Amino acid sequence: MSATMTRPRPLRRREPLVRNHSKTLVGLAAWTVGLFFFAPFAWMVLTSFHSETDAATNPPSIAAQLTLDGYREFFGASTGASPWPALINSATASVLSTLLVLALSIPAAYALSIRPVRKWSDVMFFFLSTKMLPVVAGLLPVYLAAQNLGMLDNIWLLVLLYTTMNLPIAVWMMRSFLAEIPVAILEAAAIDGAGLPTVFRRIIIPMAAPGIAATSLICFIFSWNEMLFAQVLTGVQASTGPVFLTSFVTSQGLFLAKVCAAAVAVSIPVLIAGFAAQDRLVQGLTMGAVK
Amino acid sequence: MSVRRIARARRSARVGLAAVAAGSLLVACSEVGGWGSGGGGETINVLMVGNPQMQDIAKLTEDSFTKDTGIKVNFTILPENELRDKVTQDIATQAGQYDVATIGAYEVPIWHKNSWLHELSSYAEGDSGFDENDLLEPMVQSLSGADGNLYALPFYGESSFLMYNREVMAEKGIDVPRRPTWHQVADIAAEVDGARPGMKGICLRGLPGWGELGAPLTTMVNTFGGTWFTKDWKAQVNSKEFREATSFYVDLVRKHGEVGAPQAGFTECLKAMSQGKVAMWYDATSAAGSLEDPKTSKVAGKVGYAHAPVEKTNSSGWLWAWAWAMPKTTKKADAASKFMLWASGKDYEKLVGEKLGWSRVPAGKRASTYAVFEYRKASAAFGDIALKSIKQAHPTSPGVQQRPTVGIQFVAVPEFQDLGTKVTEEISAAIAGRTSVDQALENGQKLAEEVARNYQ
Repeated sequence: MSATMTRPRPLRRREPLVRNHSKTLVGLAAWTVGLFFFAPFAWMVLTSFHSETDAATNPPSIAAQLTLDGYREFFGASTGASPWPALINSATASVLSTLLVLALSIPAAYALSIRPVRKWSDVMFFFLSTKMLPVVAGLLPVYLAAQNLGMLDNIWLLVLLYTTMNLPIAVWMMRSFLAEIPVAILEAAAIDGAGLPTVFRRIIIPMAAPGIAATSLICFIFSWNEMLFAQVLTGVQASTGPVFLTSFVTSQGLFLAKVCAAAVAVSIPVLIAGFAAQDRLVQGLTMGAVK
Repeated sequence: MSVRRIARARRSARVGLAAVAAGSLLVACSEVGGWGSGGGGETINVLMVGNPQMQDIAKLTEDSFTKDTGIKVNFTILPENELRDKVTQDIATQAGQYDVATIGAYEVPIWHKNSWLHELSSYAEGDSGFDENDLLEPMVQSLSGADGNLYALPFYGESSFLMYNREVMAEKGIDVPRRPTWHQVADIAAEVDGARPGMKGICLRGLPGWGELGAPLTTMVNTFGGTWFTKDWKAQVNSKEFREATSFYVDLVRKHGEVGAPQAGFTECLKAMSQGKVAMWYDATSAAGSLEDPKTSKVAGKVGYAHAPVEKTNSSGWLWAWAWAMPKTTKKADAASKFMLWASGKDYEKLVGEKLGWSRVPAGKRASTYAVFEYRKASAAFGDIALKSIKQAHPTSPGVQQRPTVGIQFVAVPEFQDLGTKVTEEISAAIAGRTSVDQALENGQKLAEEVARNYQ
């Protein structure tokens, strides 16, 4: 009897210890993985503040003198070429395509989740199937079509392409976010006399706001970073940030610090967007498609 | 209640309007852009690689050329391979986005044959200040078509030579011959290997690519008596001479070459040499400018230069030019030609010398450059030998046998880009120890035979 009474005590004491240990291990693992992913970016930032000679040193020198030369080069110290037109083009294509994607994907998601159309699962599969073709396979037809329509080197072509490229994934994401909204709330609103526009404006959009933020950010990032179409379909006027970034690569001479500075500078808008939408993004990513 | 609704409706309208306004602003900004074609004068679009000489011209054009002629120049800079793809695509589809493009000596004969390029001799002859006769003969040869007309105007040219660390050679008591043989170079590499902690004997490109490993290797093949193809298009990649040269190259790199040789191209070798990690480097004459720049090189002022090493030929340096070409699709030929003549002219070289420094002059194309006192002074260590190397280059007859087409370190047919890259991938694997030279060249021979069949 006494033995049975004394047994639980050490168990109770050990349990938190085991939990603490496992928590520490999980924490350590999370930090290790986090640092592993962060290290290349940190290295890129550090290299961007080195001179070309120090950036080229092998083994790399961490304690080398810091300089802003790489950033001066990015802003045209050597060539006089300003990065702003390319960045503005990137912002135009990314922001407008994201707005268009949202305008199209939210009603589509509504018709696939809250008031599902017939054979909605087939429709979902159709949307997904458009992503199964490798992007490069569509490059030549798109190029020829753009040429025949006189749309080469035109930013509106990129807006259109990025919209169509991101639409399927946005519909999938938004569908799962809208599916989380309790139907009873929508029915209650309908009983109160709210029409579809009101339901959208006052119930669906506020409730799905975290999901909309997550979808917007993902579409924005995909558009901002897209390079293949931008490189092939633009030339002088509509060139985007990633294409401008490659202009620092040369077969003669050193360019590592310049390219790192350019990469950091081009990443800043995405980082800002990510930080700005951080809270909603976490909410969105944990409630919807990627949970 | 209705007041709240109205307020909400107004807020929604404001958000919507703000979004539309932001979008409109972005579009407006992107359309105005920094490139703005406005301003009254004519505008031309120039596509070029991002080499330092091109960056210089981008910087100098507005205050000089545009100011004098009223012609605005929009520069687009792309890496070499992307530029080739872009120009090919632009010309092949007749898109006509670019009025001028920088192309290399490899593309000129091929693109001329495809009738993609404007003839430029008439423009050069029509400009009394251009002085076509001042252009170095090998440059003219490599940029001319079969009809003898120029199809690209040289911007800067280069050959190849041997660069070595004079301090290390002096410490070891080695006197590098002015015209060494490859066997002498190999012996020196063995002696200086490890002369300082972490220092290797020589840097030779090992990075796959017809324009990377393919360039120095082909010059070695040439001087060992080999060739890619005979005059009547018989593939020679597994011939005795080709095999001998390749084995020599691979052995030299494996024994005394740079660390990470299979991934080392021009840039990596430049780093290794300028950081004092290798005692010698065989590569482009244009590298000397970077090596002699104390801002980027720890060996500035300590580098010696010798002619490209030989075996069976008297010279073996390659010949390369970055040149301005005008696609036939341009609608602004006059403005484009004015820019090209200015960029390839003597006055531009003087402008660079005065504004940016004489060591940055895009040299290697004109005899007169080497007579300018300031340039001679700035290039005292390497100028003479670079000029002689270019003059000695024979783009039409670089080896011991006749060739089917022009080119020293390349074969000027469209298929060579793919062939050269695939064969050098095999040889790079041999440098890495993943395959043997014999196996690499047997595979290369099969690929070369496929190319040869197109011309037999």
